[in-house]
Amino acid sequence: MAEMTEEKLAEFLEPLKEILSRYEKKERYLIPVLQEAQEEYGYLPEEVMKEIALGLNLSLSQVYGVVTFYSQFHQQPRGNNIIRVCMGTACHVRGGEGILNAIKDELGIEAGETTDDLEFTLESVACIGACGLAPVIMVNDDTHGRLTPEKVPEIMAKYK
Amino acid sequence: MKDSIYRSHVLICTGTGCVSSGAKTLKDSLNEELAANDLSGEIKIVETGCHGFCEKGPIMIVYPEGVFYCEVQSDDVAEIVEEHLLKGRTVERLLFKEPMTEEQIPSYQDIAFYKKQQRIALANCGKIDPEDIDEYIALGGYEAAGKVLTEMDAQEVVDTIKDSGLRGRGGGGFPTGLKWQFAKNSESDKKYLICNADEGDPGAFMDRSILEGDPHRIIEGMLVAAYAIGADEGYVYVRAEYPLAIKRLEKAIEDAEEYGLLGDDIFSSGFNFKLHIKKGAGAFVCGEETALMNSIEGKRGMPTPRPPYPAVRGLWGKPTNINNVETYANIPYIINEGVDKFTAIGTEGSSGTKVFALTGKINNTGLVEVPMGTTLKEVIFEIGGGLGQGKKFKAVQTGGPSGGCLPEDYLDLPIDYDSLLDAGTMMGSGGMVVMDEDSCMVDVARFFLNFTQSESCGKCTPCREGTKRMLEILNRITDGEGKEGDIELLLELGEHIKSTSLCGLGQSAPNPVLSTVRYFRDEYEAHIHDHNCPAGVCSDLAGAYVIDEEACIGCSKCAKVCPVDAISGEIKNPFTIDPDVCIACGACEPECPVDAISQG
Ligand SMILES: Cc1cc2nc3c(=O)[nH]c(=O)nc-3n(C[C@H](O)[C@H](O)[C@H](O)COP(=O)(O)O)c2cc1C
Ligand code: FES
Repeated sequence: MAEMTEEKLAEFLEPLKEILSRYEKKERYLIPVLQEAQEEYGYLPEEVMKEIALGLNLSLSQVYGVVTFYSQFHQQPRGNNIIRVCMGTACHVRGGEGILNAIKDELGIEAGETTDDLEFTLESVACIGACGLAPVIMVNDDTHGRLTPEKVPEIMAKYK
Repeated sequence: MKDSIYRSHVLICTGTGCVSSGAKTLKDSLNEELAANDLSGEIKIVETGCHGFCEKGPIMIVYPEGVFYCEVQSDDVAEIVEEHLLKGRTVERLLFKEPMTEEQIPSYQDIAFYKKQQRIALANCGKIDPEDIDEYIALGGYEAAGKVLTEMDAQEVVDTIKDSGLRGRGGGGFPTGLKWQFAKNSESDKKYLICNADEGDPGAFMDRSILEGDPHRIIEGMLVAAYAIGADEGYVYVRAEYPLAIKRLEKAIEDAEEYGLLGDDIFSSGFNFKLHIKKGAGAFVCGEETALMNSIEGKRGMPTPRPPYPAVRGLWGKPTNINNVETYANIPYIINEGVDKFTAIGTEGSSGTKVFALTGKINNTGLVEVPMGTTLKEVIFEIGGGLGQGKKFKAVQTGGPSGGCLPEDYLDLPIDYDSLLDAGTMMGSGGMVVMDEDSCMVDVARFFLNFTQSESCGKCTPCREGTKRMLEILNRITDGEGKEGDIELLLELGEHIKSTSLCGLGQSAPNPVLSTVRYFRDEYEAHIHDHNCPAGVCSDLAGAYVIDEEACIGCSKCAKVCPVDAISGEIKNPFTIDPDVCIACGACEPECPVDAISQG
């Protein structure tokens, strides 16, 4: 992220301060605060992590350690739509790989990447818990099941 | 009952599975159609949790007749209202058809998928509106908690659970009563109770369905446990990938607080219990109990050595009891129905039932709850309806990434904790993935190891480095570069990792490899010696596809789908596939209108 003037930074951090004001200064609130902050900013830029460290009385390295440990936290901007393709067991044996490839082709990105227009982020995950409908993908909070590669363009079109 | 009397109830499943098949729009259409026919006052729509039969969703059951409709879409609503709700005639085309016999079955209880099941943990799932606490109470909910808090002392409760023989449903199968006793015996001013709803095993979704379909049962089970061990605060640790489960549990906790079933002085017994939800942040290892507690404390979710066990030093250093969702779901039944009734179900060493998530290459995928001791064959062929498309059974995988694969010879095995361990796999959380002749067992082993390897937290060396080396060998074998001695090396590494890793993740990570070598060694050998993948899955080993020039009509359909442009030719003349470019993905084969393409 480009350097911000102090004023700009203060404005940028305003929503975060509001989040922090609702929690006690305790390590136990680190993960919930990170979750809320990511909801607010879409990802966790360094400025945000620094402010959280200050706000909870932790070191930046502690915050960084937790952020990098959990796959849910992101340090890069993410797309408006998050596509999670299940690569869990049930989906694997019913052709999840083919679905992932079809989406890659459709969007022109690899798993873990975001399209240049920030419309879509593509991720592979280990089980969405809808194994009865394998192969399954989740777009934002919607689950789409019993997929075939042919159905992919139609689903993507709904979110464009 | 607070509602007026309705002549019919239409239950629509709004679990995650059915919602993704269109249950929400179905419900809206039905609402409109009922209003249009002036039936809204006579017929009530109830949104329920999962019936377990997600494959056939959206599912609708019409009471009082109990007619079971499956794969119902909005277009079908007018006919259901007109025929069934107005004229009382069943809409036959929406009934379930048994895959083996093609017979149409009108009622829920008669479908083979349900007939062999015995539902304790799932008893209310699909029957009640999970967001309505009154429905849970109407079916006897919170009676067990009331009885325990007002009539029993803590030791009596612990003894009851001990006598029931209940074992932890989260994977390990540790006796629950004993665990409670340890936590009860620990002296402390503060104790905690945790419900493990992290459900990280890919291919398992029973905990999700219970939380979505019957959240109050978990609260009640936890209430009993908290009283037994003397905890006044509890956490439910749910994975963030389960938004609906979190929402329903939040609602359930709010309602229970309002009714005085959580909070201070519950049932005027002087007992207090506060319950919180903690959202996971995406790490498989956080399902392990010590890692989970570190995660609640706001740290990285890494396991710590045991002992000390959580019952002695757990969350924030205080004595803590941790159980799985399904374990807690059994508690109200045991208290209400008594020990004898519970131990009459199941086998000697494993009493009660177990919920399995039946998935893979099977006709009826879904959640099934059966008495312990039911055989694999009964689950797969009778309840599961056998394999799809006339395929032949090859293996069943149980226990997820910590378990193993069993071949056909084991189909008569009665399922319980001990029989599965003896056979080289484990119960785990209850994932059961069926594989047919098209599944490659080396690929399956690699799939699981790839999963555990990437989820290894990196704290201990055997797990971090060992699984990596094993994965390298498996990748080599599936890429067609396997060497003499690879199998022996896998076995040796596997045994070392099992015996020296810090936590259950590493201790069980080699199981999928060890069990597939044990039962399907010939497949490994075919990959290594003959550079052949018998199932045709490992594409680097599979032969290129060829086009029969005589049969080809030159339509170019195959060339259009080829992802690597290996197919060329001129329209109306025979096309050819370049074997050096072909990756044997098989995409072209189904495209050919005259079946001219086959694998060479
Ligand atoms: C790597 C790993 C992952 C685990 N994941 C889960 C899980 O997702 N859910 C669960 O209930 N138990 C899980 N467990 C087991 C827990 O450590 C613990 O034994 C269990 O929650 C105890 O509950 P129970 O006695 O009721 O089964 C896992 C264990 C390991 C080693
Ligand atoms: S394995 Fe894909 S949803 Fe469970």
